[in-house]
Amino acid sequence: MGSDIWVVAERWRGQISEVTHEALALGRELADASHAKLTAVLLGSGGGERAELLGDADLVLCLDHPSLDEFVPAVYAEALSPLVADREPRCVLIPLTNLSLGLESLLAARIGAPAVTSCKDLRIVDGGLQARCVLYGGKIEATLQVPGPTAILGLLPGVRPAAAGTPTSEVEVEVIPVSLPEALKVRFEENLEPEVGDVDITRQDVLVAVGRGLMDKENLARAEGLAELLSGAVCGSRPTIDQGWLPLSRQVGKSGLTVKPKLYLALGISGAPEHMEGVRGAGLIVAVNTDRQAPIFQVAHYGIVADVLDLMPELAAAIEGRKGAASHG
Amino acid sequence: MDTLVVLKMVPDIVEELTLAADGRGLDRNQARMILNESDDHALEEALLLKERHGGKVTVLALDAPELDEALFAALAKGADRAVKVTGAAEGLGTRQAAAVLGQALEREQGLKPVDLILTGVQAIDDLDGLLAPLLAHLLGLPFLGIVNQVSVDGSARKAIATKECPAGFQARFEVDLPAVLGIQSAEKMPRYVPVGKVRAAMKSRTIELLPAPPAGEAALVAPELLRMKKPEEAGHAEFLEGSLDEVSEKLCEILSDRGLM
Repeated sequence: MGSDIWVVAERWRGQISEVTHEALALGRELADASHAKLTAVLLGSGGGERAELLGDADLVLCLDHPSLDEFVPAVYAEALSPLVADREPRCVLIPLTNLSLGLESLLAARIGAPAVTSCKDLRIVDGGLQARCVLYGGKIEATLQVPGPTAILGLLPGVRPAAAGTPTSEVEVEVIPVSLPEALKVRFEENLEPEVGDVDITRQDVLVAVGRGLMDKENLARAEGLAELLSGAVCGSRPTIDQGWLPLSRQVGKSGLTVKPKLYLALGISGAPEHMEGVRGAGLIVAVNTDRQAPIFQVAHYGIVADVLDLMPELAAAIEGRKGAASHG
Repeated sequence: MDTLVVLKMVPDIVEELTLAADGRGLDRNQARMILNESDDHALEEALLLKERHGGKVTVLALDAPELDEALFAALAKGADRAVKVTGAAEGLGTRQAAAVLGQALEREQGLKPVDLILTGVQAIDDLDGLLAPLLAHLLGLPFLGIVNQVSVDGSARKAIATKECPAGFQARFEVDLPAVLGIQSAEKMPRYVPVGKVRAAMKSRTIELLPAPPAGEAALVAPELLRMKKPEEAGHAEFLEGSLDEVSEKLCEILSDRGLM
């Protein structure tokens, strides 16, 4: 059984994504625990010049081919599977994002290896590999024993702080030529820029975020009123955008934007991992939800168990009361 | 333009989830089952394509509690055929489910060929893989996931699909057909079907039954589930308790102390 730990690097619009360094930080722990080598795999043309950005690995494998410049899971799986099958690392870590999702399943199926999705943590226990996974929208955690010789593991964003990765020119680089069919069945055409919204939620100090718990678009005005009192803006989780309550430019999470406000007031949001991914940088998270068990309370600093429709008017009155007192005092 | 939509029932996570006594799964008697949300979007996208290009929509699912109602709802919405695969073990992992469905598609007359196979991009209980890419691999078809828009050229030889990317970006792809697409969201919210129409479908339409074929070797490589639990309280929020105006005042105090008001 191989013992090396591999990480598939994610490159998007010319940059190595932060999740790659998060995965490398976790990969380093696993490699140290099993006295193994940590390898980063970088796909695309001219990868050799970028390999130094992955200095947190011991070795960078560059799969050099222009058809790999865009992260297309179907094409990446085709390029990676012969190499993984040949070298048999203990595991291949794939940070799961909107770009990579599906690669873990395709790669595992191609080489007949087990896969695990949505890993929140990985550990070596008694020489075996264990994965802790999140499912049911963050309401349940599962622990799995991962058999070998090779396993493909999809990682949730935020498994470790990204800062652990440091660029260095010392890293060993191996460039590997890749052969791919000329006629690919899935062909990237173009990137489409996000629609420009009236408000840039990534630049707000205060965000009032609404979720399903808002119940109806008519109740949005109350959230907007609160946002105005707090000099902030309203944003939302995926369901509120799918329902047409808010434009796409206000969506926070995996499919939307990553925000870093000083205050994130989450109203009626359960806190599925896909949403929380976009809020990790918030200074203070206050969550209001009717369900005391809602996953958002694991991440929030302060929690209020209440129906947002009942709380919003009370909270608005309290803020107005204080503002009034301040202006008269 | 014939489309196959693969549907899956999952526990409704709005309800309290109860773990089974052995801690290795949910107590299935306690859970209320609903159609996986992105599968509902996959069905909607298929119905939109049918409205534009004609052809048939078939829905296919592994048997599960409350599945019949979802299948009759799909028929009431405009699906032409509903097929239920019966007799597979309950609570299969996604890898095994894909193997059974893949075998069913290969064996059952009239399920293939189709131009497009759509299913939800992922399900909330996926642990060992995602259905769409696994099916694509088993059937030897191209795969694209996180799709939120599909259009098909006249000859149904290729699709133009848009998928979601990070930071609000999207990307457009050309995909040779037949293909398997993992749908994140349909172009419109899934249509509503009144209960009366579902009841009418229950009387006038039938669900075809297909005995589950063996899953084959693909199902053998599975991680072993050791235990499930509700997440620990560690790092838990500090709850503000009291009446609505009390908690509002407490929150104002906190925001004010931090200069956020």
